Amino acid sequence: MRFLIASLLLVVAAPLAFAIDTDKAFDDPELQARYEAIIEEVRCLKCQNQSIKDSNAFLASDLRREIRRMLDEGKTDAEVYDFLVARYGEFALYRPRMSGKTLVLWIAPVALLIAGAFLLVNIVRGRMSMPIDDDAAGQE
Amino acid sequence: MLRYIALIVAFILLFTVFAFGLFNDPRKLPSPFLGEQAPVFELPSLTEPGRLVGSADYAGKPALVNVWATWCVGCRQEHGFLLQLAATGAIPIYGINWRDNRPEALSWIQQLGDPYDFSAFDEDGRVGIDWGVYGAPETFLINAEGIVLHKHLGPLTAVIWERDFVPLLEAGGPSS
Repeated sequence: MRFLIASLLLVVAAPLAFAIDTDKAFDDPELQARYEAIIEEVRCLKCQNQSIKDSNAFLASDLRREIRRMLDEGKTDAEVYDFLVARYGEFALYRPRMSGKTLVLWIAPVALLIAGAFLLVNIVRGRMSMPIDDDAAGQE
Repeated sequence: MLRYIALIVAFILLFTVFAFGLFNDPRKLPSPFLGEQAPVFELPSLTEPGRLVGSADYAGKPALVNVWATWCVGCRQEHGFLLQLAATGAIPIYGINWRDNRPEALSWIQQLGDPYDFSAFDEDGRVGIDWGVYGAPETFLINAEGIVLHKHLGPLTAVIWERDFVPLLEAGGPSS
């Protein structure tokens, strides 16, 4: 039993060992927090469903290095994101910013939801006005 | 009747969206540099470490910038074609040797041949980032004004060259 619990714990803990970028990059905790927030928002272009925080591809480590350098130079978060978008496009960001090109990404879900709700209400209304049983059918 | 037409229209719409999603390779990203000024760079030459080479060397002329590395399988595949292309003299080819190791890159060029007017040695990958490179080989076609006309991802072949590059090179305009 004890062995079982231990092995289960091991399985649960194993992914923690794969955290790639665990080194403290900055002494200043505020800068470190900004750095960690940014690298979680940036897609690793080489391994597209990972953030550069989770990826050990050399491109991800290069991008982390560039981000550290920019934060060291006192750049704002927006400037860091601009740097990445200028080179890799909005796709580099997990949450692309609102712009002419990405407008459809932001609007489509809301528009589809509204269209679906509209359709649903229409169908339900239509059924509500239907006769409830066959006997009543002839009377309208 | 109207209901069936609406259904058919919805089906065609969804079908188109899904087909587009299915046949578009998400690993092939459009370059934000298409139709824009190519990034400038200056790096030590691969073959002569003391010499700085860069975009200034091809300013005012059309150029092909090829990002390569010895660890890159696709680069080996396209190498033969690059040699052929260089031999025709159609366009000068400039290499960016990306994230590589100098002795290995030098022996690659000695053994397989050197199609490049120069190869810039981008050891830490900073110039690669400036170009939006995310996987070698990548090839950029640049016109005399320094505008990126086309970017090809993956190994270059004669067929791709004829189809995607030659018409642009002749027309001199951007690809999209």
